[in-house]
Amino acid sequence: MSAWFVRHLQTLIGSLGRLSQHKLATLLTTLVIGVALALPACLQLLISNVQAATGSWHRSIELTAYLKRPTALEEANRIADRIRQRRDVAAVEIIPADAALKEFRRDSGFGEAIDALNENPLPHVLVVRPKPDYATASHLDGLAADLRSLPSIDLVQLDTAWVNRLNAILDAVRRGVLLAAGLLALGVMAIVGNTIRLDIQNRRAEIEVTKLVGGSDGFVRRPFLYSGVWYGIGGAVIAWILTGVVVGVLREPVTRIAGLYGSGFNLQGLGVQPTAMLLASGIVLGWLGSYIAATRHLREIEPS
Amino acid sequence: MIRFDHVFKRYPNGREALSDLSLEIGSGEIVFLTGHSGAGKSSLLKLVALIERPSRGQLVVNGQNVAGVSRSKIPAFRRQIGMVFQDHKLLHDRTIFDNVALPLIIAGVATKEVGKRVRAALDQVGLLGREQSVPLELSTGEQQRVGIARAVVSKPAILIADEPTGNLDPDLSLEVMNIFRRFNEVGVTVLVASHDLYLLEHFPVRRVRLEAGRIVESTAAGEAARATLLDPAKFVGLREGAAT
Repeated sequence: MSAWFVRHLQTLIGSLGRLSQHKLATLLTTLVIGVALALPACLQLLISNVQAATGSWHRSIELTAYLKRPTALEEANRIADRIRQRRDVAAVEIIPADAALKEFRRDSGFGEAIDALNENPLPHVLVVRPKPDYATASHLDGLAADLRSLPSIDLVQLDTAWVNRLNAILDAVRRGVLLAAGLLALGVMAIVGNTIRLDIQNRRAEIEVTKLVGGSDGFVRRPFLYSGVWYGIGGAVIAWILTGVVVGVLREPVTRIAGLYGSGFNLQGLGVQPTAMLLASGIVLGWLGSYIAATRHLREIEPS
Repeated sequence: MIRFDHVFKRYPNGREALSDLSLEIGSGEIVFLTGHSGAGKSSLLKLVALIERPSRGQLVVNGQNVAGVSRSKIPAFRRQIGMVFQDHKLLHDRTIFDNVALPLIIAGVATKEVGKRVRAALDQVGLLGREQSVPLELSTGEQQRVGIARAVVSKPAILIADEPTGNLDPDLSLEVMNIFRRFNEVGVTVLVASHDLYLLEHFPVRRVRLEAGRIVESTAAGEAARATLLDPAKFVGLREGAAT
């Protein structure tokens, strides 16, 4: 078992050594793979950043509930308490009719007209802020319906249209990224496969000799599989660097745009998990590409 | 050890390399396969090594009928046969050590054991100390001996050689043949294809002569020696070879 392990390790290191003998060719191949892997990584980064940016908007979603007139302030407070007990509600703020009227008079410039009124025409208002976990469009609609069904509540205002639109756009983009990633993955496999095919042709004599002295298909294939894995790892590292460069270049202007919108949003780079996924997909695609190519082409080489 | 039973070999281009060939080689025997080029010597060896398969007839090697050896079992089958080639077939980007070690590494032998056995094999062909050279630093004769070391390092039961002395001068040829004979003396079945007449005269071993894919002459070891001895002209220079 340990001999087997040592052989694999030797083959792994040996195939790396062989790649380093042809530095320029290896670098170019790895670069192409890196660009192909960087594209979906950057798109994924775009989605996760848009989600992070809109996440803070989700938190600012509010439902405004206008109470029926006349409703006593005590009654309004009781209703507010009841709504606060719901598990999907983070906070309920009550704006008494008097306070609202005062504010309106101050801000609107209709002071005199308002003074002419006999009684306060404004209702008490409850501002309901849902918990972020429940800030989905469908749930917000449900919450609004529940509030509407309360007897003292006259009207509930909720603007979910833009949330729906944004989520629809993100869904479409996410699907597009998945498609692009699938196509680029095929591309990576084709690149690795073709490189391995050329490598096999160059080492035809060696393969024949190995088969003559009893090397099985698996034994002959092994160094090519490891080459494919190395290409994948190299490509993933280059993709990671490219993504880092993209984020580095865009961070400052994006922060400025966010600042203009009054947001403290900061562009995020690849986290640990996406980095691991990038590396894993590089390894898997490199291995798969070389496996297909090696299995196909090694069969054709038989000693004669 | 090797038994051909009415074996035919016809290539896809229609050429019949072997026709109705029957031959039995016992365990521990050493046999010379002679004949002009194109007589079928190489084809016969290729059948033994399962590089080609018989078109008709039965071939049993080391107790295994080759017809029953599937494609995936060929590597394991070949590991019981050592092969020596006219053009050595060494890997030029690897050291002598790595070349000789290849069959052991394929067989999954432990690293320590590999070193021991490679050095033993190189010692047997007189190349101990050259492990770290690459093939091109060696003379043709030395390269051929590396090829032999590689063929015997995994201690195969059968050793086959196709024109192993084709590129060597007479002295080197004798040296190579003596190496083969030493392996034969420890029980390895040896089958050598050669049209080197000089060599044949020096080794009174069993001979099988092929012509157009058929056996036209088969001489047992003793008869060969007698034939050599009967010829006074040859007798003079051949004491060394004939004595054993």
